[in-house]
This record gives sequence, structure tokens and C-alpha cells, in this order.
Amino acid sequence: MKTKLGRENPFAVAAFASPALLLFVLFVVLPMLLAAGATMTNHRLMSPEPTKYVGLDNYRRLLALNVVAVDSVRDAQGAVVRDEEGVRYPTWRQVRKDKPELEGYRPAFQVDIGESRIVLAATDPLFYRSLINTFLFAALVLPLQCGVALGLAILVNQKIRGRVFFRTVYFAPVVTSMVVASIVWAFMLNTDRGMLNELLRGLLHDPNAGPDWLGDSRYALPAIALMSAWQGAGFQMLVFLAGLQSISHELYEAATLMGANAWQRFVHVTLPGLRNTIIFVLVSTTLLAFGLFTQVDVMTSGGPLDSTSTVVYHAVRSGFKEQDVGYGSTITLVFFVIVLALSALQRMLVSKGDAK
Amino acid sequence: MNVKMSRTLRDIALFIGMSAIGIVFIAPLLFMFVSSFKGDNAIFADLSSWSAYLPSETWSMQNYKAVFEKSDLPSFLLNSTLIAALVVVGGIIINSMLAFSIARMRWRGRNLVLALVVAMVIVPFEVIAIPLLSLVAKLPWPAFEHGQLVMHTGWFNSLHVQVIPFLANAFCVFLFYQFFRDIPAELDEAAKMDGAGPWTVYARIIMPNSGPVIATAAIVLFISAWNQYLWPIMVIQGEAFRPVQPGIQQFFGRTNSWGQIMAYASVITLPVLAVFLAFQRQFVASVAGTGIKG
Repeated sequence: MKTKLGRENPFAVAAFASPALLLFVLFVVLPMLLAAGATMTNHRLMSPEPTKYVGLDNYRRLLALNVVAVDSVRDAQGAVVRDEEGVRYPTWRQVRKDKPELEGYRPAFQVDIGESRIVLAATDPLFYRSLINTFLFAALVLPLQCGVALGLAILVNQKIRGRVFFRTVYFAPVVTSMVVASIVWAFMLNTDRGMLNELLRGLLHDPNAGPDWLGDSRYALPAIALMSAWQGAGFQMLVFLAGLQSISHELYEAATLMGANAWQRFVHVTLPGLRNTIIFVLVSTTLLAFGLFTQVDVMTSGGPLDSTSTVVYHAVRSGFKEQDVGYGSTITLVFFVIVLALSALQRMLVSKGDAK
Repeated sequence: MNVKMSRTLRDIALFIGMSAIGIVFIAPLLFMFVSSFKGDNAIFADLSSWSAYLPSETWSMQNYKAVFEKSDLPSFLLNSTLIAALVVVGGIIINSMLAFSIARMRWRGRNLVLALVVAMVIVPFEVIAIPLLSLVAKLPWPAFEHGQLVMHTGWFNSLHVQVIPFLANAFCVFLFYQFFRDIPAELDEAAKMDGAGPWTVYARIIMPNSGPVIATAAIVLFISAWNQYLWPIMVIQGEAFRPVQPGIQQFFGRTNSWGQIMAYASVITLPVLAVFLAFQRQFVASVAGTGIKG
């Protein structure tokens, strides 16, 4: 394919390569380097005061964790005090008064074990809350979206009349912007009049069925995951479809001759044949899931009770809304490291699982 | 009984199943589009029945009229159209040129550049958003005032802040590279024998033979430019340069009329749908290609 034509004129090469390369350096590489530097400063977007070097303060503020065991409140006889909510514990303010090293810490999570309470305190509990929410969202959306996408791909891969039409229909939500999708779903998820709850009421014959999807901290994140899977599955469907079509028919025919049923063909022919496709889809969906921002900003603004606050939402809140670029960049950088580690881990796991 | 019958039965079952799933996927969009022609009372009255997805007797263009006359939608549409057009045209030229230099020119370091481009594909925009924000706050921009050239600091509240950072697109470079690499080398060698320079090879031979990948890059760039949300909410404060996605979010917060919100949503969704339907074949083929190799 390649012939020996010698080296190209360097000026011609530069003319072709430099516009895009310059833009990449200016708008991707430089911001990343600046971000790494900004994490060591208290830089603000618009501030009359000069930026100061603060060392690792931003990282400390973001990541600092402290585990505290809190004893229940006891009366004069040393017996545990109970009220209608169970064992009584001192408030965080009372706990902190006895322990000066907890200055600046607030409780992020707590578990009650027997008559004492273990509190995980952080200087930025909202970050940990957001991190957990982001992982939770990924855990919900990843199997849902990829599973649905694979199912759809298998369906539109059947030799059936109208398959191109169905493919277009399943893909249609992808064409809708995330903002529009979020707004339309905000109506669909409306408690009293939303379509989803009307459907639930009809199916269950219960006029009171249907949760307050976006107003209940237990349901808001799953609702956003459902909506995101609806919006995004069509794209992965196309990728899976291409993967399916690249598997040779002879493999299926051979498997059928050997007496394999449909499920066995799926497990032993389809899944191994889709190995690269599955890696690609898993990694790209994970990246998307971890970037969760628009849906949250439009539908819930991080609420209720911070149940839908995500890492990116937290970074934008700090870096843009509160104009604390140094801290926002720190969140961003930590987020990037997590994302990189995760996609590397995924690649490793999937390729290992296949090698056995 | 016989094989043919059971195949037909299977096909019918498949068709019904696929239609049912299709309804789930299309219902929200159908609801959006149908409601945009209804008054708010009709929308509420129809909600709990199938008529939510069907035209009603009060079918009218009233919502569209209201949205175009009362909101800033026309100017936001113009902004988004300009931004998307500039990103698509500029992005196709710049990214294909870099891809051309990697795939069709021989120079030291091109493999390293290719590896870096591939690495950049997986950097989510969310990661660079905040650092980019503080960068563009300091960038200079030339302007003419009273016949004199002056340098402004900061790119906020402009069209170019929504265009220039998105011209170079690693995914597009990769798409172009894959396509250019597979064009037979004889094509440009013949031209080179005739004394054609690289610019002639690029403009007269490679690009005219790259219709499918140009279409795909156009769709990718158009959709990402048209659907920008996180970036404009950070860099655009006033109304003058606001694009449509932050526009509808703002409208959603201010208006109680479901019908008008749905009309707004339909208006800003249709251009993307049109672009997609126009280039569907090439797009499907290209998405397919990236998946297997990715």
C-alpha cells in the first residue's frame, strides 16, 4: 500500500497539520495543564485579589475524611436514652465541641451499630455525596442502557419487513437534545398528571399509585437514569448492530448443526463475537454516565436533598457558580483520574473475561 | 405446522413486539410534537388517555405563534444556526486536513500525533469545561473601535467563544483518518506523477472521494454544536449570543404553558431530525465502522 515517495515538504505538512494541532494545544492541552496548576491556587474567575499559591489545600478540602464513633446519649445512671425515633445521639455540634480536630468537618454518611453511631465526616460532604450519586447513576444506567441497546440491535438485525423503519424509531431519541429530552420527561414524570404515573395507575388499578418521581430523593436518580437510557440507547444499538453484522453466518450455521439452541448460540457465538464492540460500548457509556450534568441541571438542580448532585454538577457549582476555579479544577482533575482508572479497569476486566 | 408457517408466526410476533417497543421509544417525542399544537386545557384533558398522542379538535398554530412573537427564540435560532454552520464548515476543513497529513503524508512524528488524537477522543468535555472557562476569560480578541484596533480581554458573550474551541474535534480527525487511509494510494500517486502538490491531491482527489465520511463528520459536528448546553450557560450571560438549548431551559423556567414549551422544543428539535434523516445512511455506516475498531 505504501510507496517510497520520500519525505514530504515540511512546510506542506505543517500547513495541513498545524491548524487543528494548534487548536488542540490551545483548547485541550493548555486547559488541562492550567487546571493542574490551578488546583494548587485559590484562583477565582473574577477577583480583584491576586491569586495565591495554596499547595495541596484544595485536595485536602475535597478529599479529607474522618471516621468518628459517636456514643449515644446516656442519662445520669449511664443508661441509653431512647425517644420515639430510637436511640438518641448527640448532635454534630455537640460532638465537634469535644473534638477540636473535627474543625471544618461535617457528617457525610452514618451507620448505627448497636448503641453507637459511626459517622463518616468530610470537609466537603457534598463531594462524597455527589461521587456516590455518580457511581449509583452509572450502576443504574450502564446495564439498562447497554442491555436495551443490545436487545434492540438483535431485533433490528432480524430479517423482517420494516427493520430500517424500526431502527430509525429507536434512534429518534438520540437526535433529541438532552435539554429537550429532560424537559419533555419532566412532564412525563409529573406526579399528578404525568404519563408514567397515569400508566401505573391504570395497570395497578390504584388511583394513588405512582411516586413523586423528581421530588422524592429515592426516585429522582433512577428516574433520570431511565430517561437517560431512553435518550441514549439508540446510539449503542447502532454500534451493536454493526458488531452483530460482522459475525460470520457460518459460525451460526455450524452452531445450529451442532444442536445449539438460540440461547446457546447467543452465549457461545454472539457474545464472543461482540467482544470489541462490548468494550467500546461499555467504556463510552461509562464516560457518558460519569459526565452526568444536563439532566440534573434541567430536571432537579441536584435535589431533592442533594440526591441527584453529581461530580460534574458539583464542579460546575464550585468552579462556575461560586467562581472558585481552583477548587472546581481540583474536582475536575480528580474526576478525570477516576474516569481514566475506570475505563482502564473495564478494558482489563472485559478482555480477561474473554481470554479464559 | 410446517417450517414456513412457524416462520411467519415468528415474524408476526416479532413485528408486534418491535412495534410495542417502538411506541415506548417514540411516545415522549410524539407527545411533545402533538401537544405543541394544542391549547393547555386540551393537553391536560387528553393526558390520561391515548388522545395525548393524537391531534385534537383544537389543533392550531397558536403556540408556535406565541413562541416566535413573545420569546427570543428567533434570535436564539439564528445564533445556533450560525454557530453550528461555522463549526461544521470549519471543523470539516481543519480536521480533514490534519487527518490528511497523518494518513497521506510521510513525516516523522505522525504516529505519535495519531496516538495523541486517539487519546483525546476519550477526554470528556466536562473535564475541560472549568479549566477552559478560566482560559477563555483571559484570551484576547481584536476589535475595531472608532477606526482603531483594540484588544479586548476575555471571550465571554460572543459567538466565537462558542465556535473556535469546538473546531478541532479528535473524534472527527479519527473518522477522517480511517477513511483516508483506505483510499487506494494509486489515486494520488498518479496525480503526483503529473506534478500535483499536496493541496491539489487533498482538494481534487481525496475530499471529492470522501462523501460518506464528510457527511458523518457534518452530523457529529452539527449535533454537538446545536446541542451545546453546559458551555453556553457558563460563557454567555446576556441574551444577544445565547443559543437555543439554554434558551429553552430559560423559557421552561419562566412559562407555565405546556403547549408553548412543547412548541419551542419541537422547533429546536426539527433541524437536528432533518439533518439526521438526510444523512442517515452514511451516518449508520460510519457509526458502525468506529465501533468495531474502537
